[in-house]
Amino acid sequence: MQLTNRSKVVSNKEQSSMEKLYLPGIVKGMLITGSHLFKRRATVKYPEETRPRAAVYRGWHVLKRDENGAERCTACGLCAVACPAEAITMESAERKKGEENLYREEKYAKTYEINMLRCIFCGLCEEACPKEAIFLTDRLVETEYEREDFVYGKNKLVEKIDKRIDVSKRQTTEVEEFKKLPGLKHNSVWQEKKINKH
Amino acid sequence: MLTFIIYKFILCAIVFVISLAVAAYSTLWERKFSALLQDRVGPDRAGPFGLLQPLADGGKMFFKEEIIPNVSNRFLFVLGPSLFMLTALMTGVVIPWCKDVSIGGKIYAIQITDINIGVLYLFGVVSIGVYGIMIGGWASNNKYALLGAIRASSQMISYEIAMGIAVIALIISSGGTLSLREIVEQQDAGLANIVWQPLGFIIFFVCALAETNRAPFDLPECEAELVGGYHTEYSSMKLGLFLFAEYINMFVSSAIMSAFYFGGYNFPWSHELYAALGFQDGSVWIALIGFLAFFTKIAIFISVFMWIRWTLPRFRYDQLMNLGWKILLPLSLLNLGITVVVEFLRGHITY
Repeated sequence: MQLTNRSKVVSNKEQSSMEKLYLPGIVKGMLITGSHLFKRRATVKYPEETRPRAAVYRGWHVLKRDENGAERCTACGLCAVACPAEAITMESAERKKGEENLYREEKYAKTYEINMLRCIFCGLCEEACPKEAIFLTDRLVETEYEREDFVYGKNKLVEKIDKRIDVSKRQTTEVEEFKKLPGLKHNSVWQEKKINKH
Repeated sequence: MLTFIIYKFILCAIVFVISLAVAAYSTLWERKFSALLQDRVGPDRAGPFGLLQPLADGGKMFFKEEIIPNVSNRFLFVLGPSLFMLTALMTGVVIPWCKDVSIGGKIYAIQITDINIGVLYLFGVVSIGVYGIMIGGWASNNKYALLGAIRASSQMISYEIAMGIAVIALIISSGGTLSLREIVEQQDAGLANIVWQPLGFIIFFVCALAETNRAPFDLPECEAELVGGYHTEYSSMKLGLFLFAEYINMFVSSAIMSAFYFGGYNFPWSHELYAALGFQDGSVWIALIGFLAFFTKIAIFISVFMWIRWTLPRFRYDQLMNLGWKILLPLSLLNLGITVVVEFLRGHITY
């Protein structure tokens, strides 16, 4: 069966006297390489230039704050349950009086860690989150010298108040609809939990 | 007498520095040019456009650990790269760089020495160069190094014959002089030698590629079969000397080719240009323009060397020997015969 029409019949014919001279062949080859002098460079000079990434690229996570600057995460743990790589751990704590501007609800994540070496950037945590708190962004995870440094804590995950991170591309209505589908793993977990409670 | 010695000493120093600088920047240009031919950018991190890359490379070479194998012959192991470098630098002595300059009524020749057997001297020094590789490869006491060295020497010896005969033809057509200055000056008066010696030039060029161990004739350092060839056991600046000397050889052979066949520091309509600009004979400006013309030619040749390297695959050993002995040698003899006949008909030689 022929898959492409690029196949060529191999021939073992002797070189002609013109080919034995090599020089025409050499000149031809040099013209081919020479023509590449004027072609576009394929190189991306990385730190200065970056290859364009998709708007919905899944990279370094962000823990969002709400419009008042309070953390949205309530440490429900659904992201950790949804995570197939088991990269997420957290500890919850109760909000004290006077911390209303810091945390949106009564419960919040005291610590929240994602191991970036375990993470497979699948985005299931984002899908699972009922509070619109965690999102994957188009930022690349930085390089580190130590393994421990890849365990990102809240200091690296929570967005800075003065440097909000735009995730509107990952919050379209289609995404919202998708998150509510009953067949999704975290939704079934949610349902199971509800059933267990009753 | 003292001024003469000082003047020659300064000239030696300048030629030395220029050779090293050109070799250093050839390494950068080699990497840049190969990158351009392969749609890449090449080194551009060290300094603007990567211009400090040779310094970084040299610094790296100096600070690398120096390893001399226990089983090697220490003295010869050090002698090898030194000799190779020495001979590479020595070839620059007879090259005429530009026209004579007269300062204060005294005429200074911008050439370290114009010996009347310049061409012979060149060939002598170049053939000593192979000892550097031979000794280095042998003293390493490593079979790959030895194989590389044997290949290098057989290749250089084979191609020197065709090269020599091509040069004999050139010498006949330029009236029997062996002085490089005279060969170049003759091309100022008449046409460049390439017009009379096109075949000779091609033979010389191919042989020059082989003599400098450049691709497609870089069998002595054939990575695929011989690890690193003759410099397998070398590290640190001794390796650097081998690599560097290759680039100096390239520079010098480009200079020789442009002097032999392309008129050296002369260029077409140079007299008209100088007359139009009102420069007197012996003016510094004439020398400078000539120097620039010479270096343009050298740069073009060096680039062509590299262009060939990044185009052609390496020859097989038997193909190399076939090309040298069965094609280039008969061709050069044919070229010699044709030259003799043509020069006889032009009345330049009598019997």
